[in-house]
Parts: sequence; C-alpha cells; structure tokens
Amino acid sequence: MGIKILTEHINVPGIETLEVYRKHGGYRSVEKALKTMSPDEVVEEVKTSGLRGRGGAGFPTGMKWSFLAKPEGIPRYLVCNADESEPGTFKDRYFMEKTPHSLIEGMITSSYALGANTSYIYIRGELMFVLRILEKAIAEAYAAGLLGKNILGSGYDLDLHVAPGGGAYICGEETALLESLEGKRGNPRNKPPFPAVKGLFASPTVVNNVESIASVPWIVNNGGAEYAKIGIGRSTGTKLFSCSGNINKPGVYEIELGVPVEEFIYSDEYCGGIWKGKQLKAVVPGGSSVPILPANLITKTAAGEDRLMSYESLSDGGFVSGSMLGSGAFIVFDEDQCIVRNTWNYARFYHHESCGQCSPCREGTGWMEKVLHRIEHGHGHQQDIDLLVSVAKQIEGNTICPLGDAAAWPVASAIRHFREEFEWHIKHPKEAILPGAVYRGQLATIEA
Amino acid sequence: MPETTDDNYKMAETINEVKFSDAGMAEIQRYISHYPEGRQKSAILPIMHVAQAEFGGWLSPQVMDKIAEILNIQPIEVYEVATFYTMFNLKPVGKHVLEVCRTGPCCLRGADQVIDMLKEKLNIEEGETTADGMFTLKPVECLASCGTGPMLQVREKFYENIDSEEKLDQFLETMRNTEVETPYHQAN
Amino acid sequence: MAKITFDGIEVEVEDGTTILQAARKIGGSVVPPAMCYYTPLKGSGGKCRVCLVKVTQGSAKDSRPMPKLVASCITPVQDGMVVENTTNEDVLNARKGIVEMLLINHPLDCPICDQAGECDLQDLSYEHGVSATRYEEERRKFNKIDLGPYIQLHMTRCILCYRCVYTADQITPNRVHGVLGRGDAAEIGTYIENVIDNDFSGNVIDVCPVGALTDKTWRFKNRVWFTKPMDAHRDCPTCSGKVTLWTRGEEVLRVTARKDQYNEVEEFICNTCRFDKKETKDWTIEGPRHIERNSVISANHYELPVLNVPIVPNLPSSTKKKLPQQ
Repeated sequence: MGIKILTEHINVPGIETLEVYRKHGGYRSVEKALKTMSPDEVVEEVKTSGLRGRGGAGFPTGMKWSFLAKPEGIPRYLVCNADESEPGTFKDRYFMEKTPHSLIEGMITSSYALGANTSYIYIRGELMFVLRILEKAIAEAYAAGLLGKNILGSGYDLDLHVAPGGGAYICGEETALLESLEGKRGNPRNKPPFPAVKGLFASPTVVNNVESIASVPWIVNNGGAEYAKIGIGRSTGTKLFSCSGNINKPGVYEIELGVPVEEFIYSDEYCGGIWKGKQLKAVVPGGSSVPILPANLITKTAAGEDRLMSYESLSDGGFVSGSMLGSGAFIVFDEDQCIVRNTWNYARFYHHESCGQCSPCREGTGWMEKVLHRIEHGHGHQQDIDLLVSVAKQIEGNTICPLGDAAAWPVASAIRHFREEFEWHIKHPKEAILPGAVYRGQLATIEA
Repeated sequence: MPETTDDNYKMAETINEVKFSDAGMAEIQRYISHYPEGRQKSAILPIMHVAQAEFGGWLSPQVMDKIAEILNIQPIEVYEVATFYTMFNLKPVGKHVLEVCRTGPCCLRGADQVIDMLKEKLNIEEGETTADGMFTLKPVECLASCGTGPMLQVREKFYENIDSEEKLDQFLETMRNTEVETPYHQAN
Repeated sequence: MAKITFDGIEVEVEDGTTILQAARKIGGSVVPPAMCYYTPLKGSGGKCRVCLVKVTQGSAKDSRPMPKLVASCITPVQDGMVVENTTNEDVLNARKGIVEMLLINHPLDCPICDQAGECDLQDLSYEHGVSATRYEEERRKFNKIDLGPYIQLHMTRCILCYRCVYTADQITPNRVHGVLGRGDAAEIGTYIENVIDNDFSGNVIDVCPVGALTDKTWRFKNRVWFTKPMDAHRDCPTCSGKVTLWTRGEEVLRVTARKDQYNEVEEFICNTCRFDKKETKDWTIEGPRHIERNSVISANHYELPVLNVPIVPNLPSSTKKKLPQQ
C-alpha cells in the first residue's frame, strides 16, 4: 500500500463528524495557515507541490491561483466544482460522502490563500444527499469557530455555502458552473474574460475540483516540496481513481501516480483483474471523453514501454496511440463488450448534455448520435464511418467550451482503434443487432 | 422538449393557490441568504428542488410563476432555467420517479437490461407513468455511481448494484411500500 | 491603439476592439461573416462560430499563435496581432463545416420563406456551403407559433443566435420569450402561450438573421427583391421615427429599421412605425435606401442619383426609373 493523502482515515467510523475528524489530525492546516502563514505563502506551497487540477484538465492548481486578479475593494470567490458528472467518475461523491470535513478544511485553507471571504461548493443536484452531509458538517464547523467571523481568532472571516445544480453535465465546465451558480442556464461563457478576472458575480474567481482542494491541507501541513516527492515526474502526489466496468473490484482507489497500468488492472490491491475470468478488450482511462485504448495499448505504449498511471504516460503517443488521465475515471471493457454500442451510448450522452448554445456542438452531437444509432441498429452504410470521423473533426476545437472535444474524441478514437468492428457491424447488420453480439475478430490483432 | 398542455396549466388557476409550507419557505429564505444583495436569482435551483418536493414531484407553470414572484424576476427566466436542467419534471409524474442510469459504465454491467425489465414489469415506456400512478420511468445520464451499477435514484436516494431480476423485484416491492417524505426536513 | 494585420492588410484600431470590428474597418471581402453577433446588442456573439479566424501571432509581445481558431466577434485585438481569415485554408474548411451544421436541421424552405433574398443564412450558404447534403437523418421540426398579432415564430428555421432574446432583454421592459430546453431540442418560446406585447417588440424581426421571426403584416405579400426600399421618417413620440419603407408602386408593404451593410439596425423603431404606418402619406420620404450588400435586392435595383428628395405625398414617377448600380 502506498501513501494515502486523501483517504488515510476515510474508513474510520465517525470520520464524518467534526470530533472524530479532529481526533485524526483534522483542521491542522487551518490552524497552521491562518496563524503562521501569509496567504501568498500558502499559494507558494501549492505551486511548489506541483499539484495539478484533478477535475480533468490537469492544469497546475498553484498557477491557476496565481492568475487570480486582486483589484482593491472587489470580493474574490473560491468555488469548488463538485458537479462530478463525467461518465465513469464517482471519486468526489465517494470522498465527500465519507469525509466531508476534508473538503471543508481544504476550502477554508484555500479560501484563505486566495483572500476569499465567501466560498461556494457547487454540487450536482442529483447528489442532494451529499449536500445534506456537507451542510451538516459545515454547521459543525461554524459551531466550532472554523467558519464564520474571525476564524480561530485569526481575524480571517469565511462563509461557506453549498449550492445544488439541477441536472446538467455541462455545469462541470467552470464558466457554465458559474452561470448555474448565478441561477441561470448552464451555458458556458465566452472567454476572455476568464474567471480569474471576471467570474462569479463578475468578481475574480477560482474554480477548483473537490480533489484538488482536498489535497491542499496535506500540502500545507507537510510542505509543497514533500508533496512533490510523491508521484512521478510532473505527475506529483496521489490521485483518486474511480474504477468501473468489467472488473472484479470496482471502486475508488487512491494511488501514488506512477503505478503501472497493468498492475493497476490486475492487482488485488486495485481493480482485481477482469471479472468472470474474461479477457481485457479496452479501457477508457480518464472518463468517457478521453480516447478509448485497446488492451495492448493501455498496458504498453506504442514504443513497447510499460504504461503508467500518470498524466504523461497515459497521454504518451498523443491521440494516435495514447489517451489522457482526465478525471481519473478508469472504465474497463471485457471481451464481450461491443465498442459500437458503447460509442453510440457515449454519443447519446454528449448529445443529451450539449447546452445547445454553439452550432457545431448543438448540431454535431445529435448528428453523430443518429448515425451511430443507425449503425448499431443495423442501418449503417460503409461511408458512415468516414462521415463520423469528418463530423467529429468539424466539432473538435471549434466550440465555445470543451464539451465539443469531449463529444468528438470518443467517436474518433473508437473508429481509430476499432474500425474493423464498425465495418463488421455495417456489413453484417442482422448478426450485429442480435443481443450480446460482439465482433471478436480484432481482439488478437489490435495494433497501434 | 417539455410541452405545456392546457390541462397542466389549469391545475392551479392562479399563483395565489401555490403555497409553500413554513419549512419549505424557511429553506427558500435560507438559500436566498447565501447570496449577495441583488443576486437572489442565484437561489433558483435549490428553490426549484424545494418546490418540486412540495408540489408532487413536478413544476407546474403556476409553481414556476410563484418562484418568479419570490425571486422578483420574470417568469420566462424561471421557465428557461427549469427547461435546461433535467432534474425538473415539467409534467405530472408518479409517486416514485425511477431515474435509472443508462450511461456507459452502468451499461457495461447490465443497465440496459434493467431498463428493459422495468418496462416489462411496469408495462410502461420511458417517460411514462404506471396506470396506478405509482411509478414513472425516467432513464437518466450518469449519476456518479459507476462502481456500483446498475443503479437508480429515487428522489434523494441511490439504489445501487441492481444486478439481478431478484434485486429489482425486491426494490420495486420496497418502493411500493415507501411513503414520500419531504427531504429538506432531514436537514433541520 | 493597436495595430493588427488581417489577411495581410494592416489596420489600426482602438484597444479593446474585437478582431471582427477591426476587419470591418478594412471592409470588403475579408470581413468574416457573423450570424449571432450583433453590434447593438450587448453580450451577443460567440455562438454561431461562423466568424472563426486563425490568430497566427498573438501579439507583438507574445508572438505565439493561438492554439485553436477563435471567434473573431468576441476576441479583442492585441497590438501586433496577425490574423488570417480568407487566406487560411483551416479557417475556410472550419467555416464550411459550421455552415453544414447550421443547415442540417434547417428546412431549406427558401422558396416559401419571407426572409429569402435578405437572409444571412442564405448568403452564408451561397458563399461557404456545399451543393449537396450528407445529412440523411430526420430534420428537427417545430410548429409555427404566433407571438401576438404581429410576429410569427417559425422555430424550425431558427439557428439559435439568441439575438431576439438580447433584444427583448435590452430594449423592451419585460421579456416574455427566451430559450427553452437545451441542446438541439432548445427552442425560442414563451413556454406558456403568451403574447409579446410592448412598443418595441417588432425589433426581434429585424435582428433575426433567418426567417424564424417574421412580420405578419408583411407575410407572403411580396418577394423582397420586387420591393423598393426608401428611407423615410416621421415625427414619432416613441422612437426616432427613422425607418426604411419597402414599397411597391404606391403601396408600403413593410416598414423596418434602417440597417447597415452588415444587416445591423442603426436605430430600433417602435411598433407603431413598423406595423401601423403603412401609407406613404404617413411618412416623409428621404430617398432610396442604398443596399450595400451583394444581395438580390441591390442586384435588381435602382437608385436615385440625388438623395434628400423633397417631401412628397406620393412617390414621384422619376423614382420608378431604374438606375443600375455599380
């Protein structure tokens, strides 16, 4: 077992209460930061740590913080993105449900670093039961003087609120989230201006993922340099992975970045291997929007090196033979899974979740879904495959927000690596629509 | 797209007939207080959740007009928001809305079959309500419960690992005997 | 001031100007098209993506190119910026792709559409579209809705530019219509049956780039290229009273705001001017409206050599003479 930064005490009975949480060292970072450090010193530690945004984009958190504009007399906000909606991702929900005070501690320390006196946790509306857990914990924190006026006698004030969403994947995009938090439709904003300059209520705002914020207390307690020693290369620290699909042990695992993918899939410590003794077919390693990789390319890079659970290694090979770490949602497919059906499923998801504001995404996601639906249901033409590639390309990079890319990549990568399977579907529509029908011809011969 | 049928519109003739409970109103005021002066519209989503819980699991135009009145905004602003987010039902629904996840990771573990079984057992299609008004079937996208799929949500609860017909039957039986509670009371 | 190079042409503009406005300063065929951006409407733009351009050099200070194509209508210039539009293959390809997206669910009912002849989407498709469609799925359809006695909403034609929503927000007291639903099911609507009823509601017709919002007093009366646009004014207590009359013979078929070469209104007008003043005697005729775009309107048109024609109760016979432009 490697080092646990986020989940060390997650299974301690009563850890969701302030009392037990504090008994296990909780809120130490608040005392340390507010009483012995300046806000800039906290920012520096986070920069030194090399912590990268855990929501999916992997942008260095400390750098994001340093972009925050600080005009006189205008409030600044920290907003926690708990709108966890990327298919395959459930780490934040698990974490908040189990140890709400960890997030609250991170929010206090981070808000102090940024000079925010009001902060929000925006949680997806479907997780209302987690909102209640957080609100209960926040009430405890207020009662203990950890929130509110003059926290622990430091002179620093912070109000922390939880706001529920209403069911929209797009609100995980930070500017859509801010729109939603302001009570509007979740349409992503045009950038510039960026939230660091004009975010929530037109004030400078930082939006960070739950896991990023929850990593801050450890960094404050132990120093950024210590954090940077964990992990591998520019992938510092530990990361929560949400593991789902056809594995023996689905669940959330905290690992030090750099564990070999093969070990991660097959070791009993993590995924525990493919269920029912089946063969591995493919993995989507970072949430539904990142490229799917066939079995041989997920465990080894195109150059034949072991692939590791790190930002760099998972993206080794670019989009030709690599993927992305994304939000750390590790979705595993066994040999019985149909890639065409799965691709259609994801396309339907993005079609359903497109906000409809900009034309390539609004029209293109629907188009891709309809074509994939036809192929899956036995009405495809061979030219549909190239059509899909072309439509994906028309969307990618041309939209207001990254949802367009997120919709295009799964389709483009599935065709890149499993083209034969699509062709088979189209050539053999009658067989392909039978329940459980799967093309197996490519399994042995998948190449980069 | 949600359509507004005349029937729905006539359910409450005026917004004066829309009355939140004291607890509901307190909850609404609490949410409004979380936002700066003049930014009361920010509380619209939590208020719609409270409203949906109080008024039979859906938002009628009258209820939305009432929300507009509370927030001092134009009714269209409420309609725009309500129609954007999938959690808000804009037509009457059954006692229990079964929100079954239909997204990739759950499908790898049999979500499609769960949806098919529900259709068969309840004798309804997606989006429909059973004749006895007990269940509405509403497939939804990923609910952040991929490690415990197939799963579904009813109001604020997740029902996970529904991976056999037996478990599904058990679940339906439980639901038939479950009364609706107004969830925000839990917080107080 | 910032100096930028756009398609090889240098232009100097105020700081904070958008790339699109800088291009418009140059004018002519290098100007990117715009379907959602509308200068008089705050917050408009960024949505349709047809104005995407390539920034090959971010600024004099930071010469790196911008990684993605950017929407020229909302991206501010930087001193030393180098932008490519018509000279960049990627831009033209992307634009072609976006035009295709705008058309897949469009009914292509130009032969029966009142907007035909002055439709931005028609022009855009002509310039950047392809002659055949690759789309074989069912097209999105909506029922026609009357938004009161004067305005018809034909949602099937809408490209969701949001201009009418911004217009209602910014120049009318109470907005009753908006964007409902989301994704490709999003639509302009009032949700419950409602009437857009205020003095300036008619302006949503003028800002609509397609035939989604049309003037019911003008519907099916004539094709726009058979009418003659005349600038006229009246002493109006509500608005500036400066309009364009669209006439045929003695008859005023339609009244609109005056629009510039980018189809942007110069001044919004009131409903009385637009819908109720349909006789030439209601107006002081200034002279023919110069239609600057390469549209069928100007192609089939005449123009008086002298502007500021004296007040006349009826159109003088001389205006009926055809004077070809260009």
